[in-house]
Amino acid sequence: MKTLTRALLGASALCTVSLAAQAQSDDPVTLTIATVNNGDMVRMQGLTGAFTEAHPNITLQWVTLEENELRRRVTTDIATGSGQFDVLTIGNYEVPIWGKQDWLAPLDELPEGYDTDDLLPSIRQALTVDDTLYALPFYGESAMVMYRTDLVEEAGVTIPDQPTWSDIMTAAEAMTNEAEQTYGICLRGKPGWGENMAFLTAMANSYGARWFDMDWRPQFDSPEWQSATNDYLTMLNEYGPPGAAANGFNENLSLFQQGRCGIWIDATVAASFVTDPDESTVAENVGFAQFPNKEGVDNHGNWLWSWNLAIPASSDSVDAAKEFVAWATSKEYTEIVAEEQGWRAAPPGTRTSLYENQEYIDAAPFAEMTLTSMEAADTQNSSVQEVPYTGGQFVAIPEFQGIGTAVGQAISAALAGQSTAEQALSQAQSITEREMQRAGYMD
Amino acid sequence: MARAVPNSRKAINTAVAWTIAILIFFPILWTVLTSFKTEATAIADPPVFLAFDWTLENYTAVQERSDYFRHFWNSVVISLGSTIIGLIIAIPAAWAMAFVPGRQTKNVLMWMLSTKMLPPVGVLVPLYLIFRDWGLLDTRLGLVIVLTLINLPIIVWMLYTYFREIPVDILEAARMDGAGLASEVIYVLTPMAVPGIASTLLLNIILAWNEAFWTLNLTAANAAPLTAFIASYSSPEGLFYAKLSAASTMAIAPILIMGWFSQKQLVRGLTFGAVK
Repeated sequence: MKTLTRALLGASALCTVSLAAQAQSDDPVTLTIATVNNGDMVRMQGLTGAFTEAHPNITLQWVTLEENELRRRVTTDIATGSGQFDVLTIGNYEVPIWGKQDWLAPLDELPEGYDTDDLLPSIRQALTVDDTLYALPFYGESAMVMYRTDLVEEAGVTIPDQPTWSDIMTAAEAMTNEAEQTYGICLRGKPGWGENMAFLTAMANSYGARWFDMDWRPQFDSPEWQSATNDYLTMLNEYGPPGAAANGFNENLSLFQQGRCGIWIDATVAASFVTDPDESTVAENVGFAQFPNKEGVDNHGNWLWSWNLAIPASSDSVDAAKEFVAWATSKEYTEIVAEEQGWRAAPPGTRTSLYENQEYIDAAPFAEMTLTSMEAADTQNSSVQEVPYTGGQFVAIPEFQGIGTAVGQAISAALAGQSTAEQALSQAQSITEREMQRAGYMD
Repeated sequence: MARAVPNSRKAINTAVAWTIAILIFFPILWTVLTSFKTEATAIADPPVFLAFDWTLENYTAVQERSDYFRHFWNSVVISLGSTIIGLIIAIPAAWAMAFVPGRQTKNVLMWMLSTKMLPPVGVLVPLYLIFRDWGLLDTRLGLVIVLTLINLPIIVWMLYTYFREIPVDILEAARMDGAGLASEVIYVLTPMAVPGIASTLLLNIILAWNEAFWTLNLTAANAAPLTAFIASYSSPEGLFYAKLSAASTMAIAPILIMGWFSQKQLVRGLTFGAVK
């Protein structure tokens, strides 16, 4: 009898627990998702019907903000533990820093069928802190060369698949025709850690330069930085469009689409815009090549960026949020995009399987070069010299936003002709030294 | 007797005034025009002024993606609420400063103005923490409180200037007729200061409508006004200028229309006391 009573009690307890669990998972939940405005994210907002149908108890609420605004907004929220958001869209710059601070919920128990091993190794590594994944990649990018095949042919030059900076400079010079407002090369000049410094840091990496030595001493006084900066300024001053110091990603995208640039070196995500006949006047004549390197330096810039979905530790709905981020970054989601809008619209740069899919490769002429560029990016060893930091086109330390932007302003001033390359670099050196001393990295 | 202004001088003045007006208005006009272009035409080089295929597709896209009316309603509640509460506090304050000034009145006025000199980001984190603890984050009430406090110095200053123009004898006469303090302010002072109060009200509604620091930083989904609606169309990677222009046009239209109808009061209020 006793045994029977115990068994009955045990069974009823089990039922209660499972019913409670059931009730908990079916409770209505509203997820507030902070995101940026770009094509892939907007597309996702339109396709979430499939998710909410499968999870009728989850309502999605979107807060879309401009990138810098979002960064400040989300940082304030997360640092004060306010819990306004359940899902955040953040870059791979923030993920390791915030992961270390325990600001993000670890994503170790993902729903069954989420193929973590399919994530591109470079991206997965960039989102992992101490073997724990803190964010899932929504789309990823590296940087590459985009060039006008018709202008290259007309000028009688060639751009190999793995060009050197000399190849780029020769081609840019040959393609420049100021009378027709065609400029050999367009590069980012607008000051900002995510604008001109993203490009120049990657370029400096490919010249063998590094931001800091192993004692965190800034290296702007090194010959590698001088050489990279001089070439950057020469290219833009002699073969670039007028007012290059004000050009960021969007401005250069517009110039390239209007046929004003022979070469544009920037994020791989741009490839889908410049080859879109609805937007671009040169869609049929775009070629791709890997990010250049300096002769004798085995480094292609190591640019790696991804927009990721993460869950703040302060969220009240971590489980529901986990369901959502896993869905939005899954293979299943990619297939929904392909079905609704074609393979070309699939979010790039996160999963190996996408680049093994012949339909995607056929639809996206830039797929192969994007994958080559992403696979070549090593954010753990961004320079050929030893470095104490991680990050490719940025340095993954909290102080970098401020320092990077201040250095970016000095470089942009040199581009605008207000100072020389030497002055800009010496200013960069002193700004960075001062900030690193203040932050306690060096004496 | 006023001196006759020669016609040539008048023509020059008119031309200069029109040029300045067009220069100031051009960015708004360009935004409105861009909102009717396709994304490709929006970035066309050379730019197309009027000869393009006009389209409403951006407005459709914006309408489909965002809930305009929710943002609009939030803007209305926040700007009207903060201005009205501000006026209720500021009218007695300005009365006291204008009609019974003490030794410190000037200093108090200057101190109030000095609070506008601090960059708002300097107090973001403390205010954010207070809002978090009081449950005011992402609420319209929270924003009404903040915008009231932010605009209060301007409201007090403007009303103080108007009240100073009102002859104190009239108030004294009211007092002699037995009016108490409340009656004096409500029945005598306020009706006489209606033009000044109206222009203060209008200007503060405009300021609150356009405030884009606190409204972006203290809201998420529920209380976000039209400033957040515009910000959601700004993109770092991808050209969405036409959609951004459509969103901006939709956001500024109500306040522009209000400004158009009330321009007489606004101009009168802003130039009040300028010519003495």
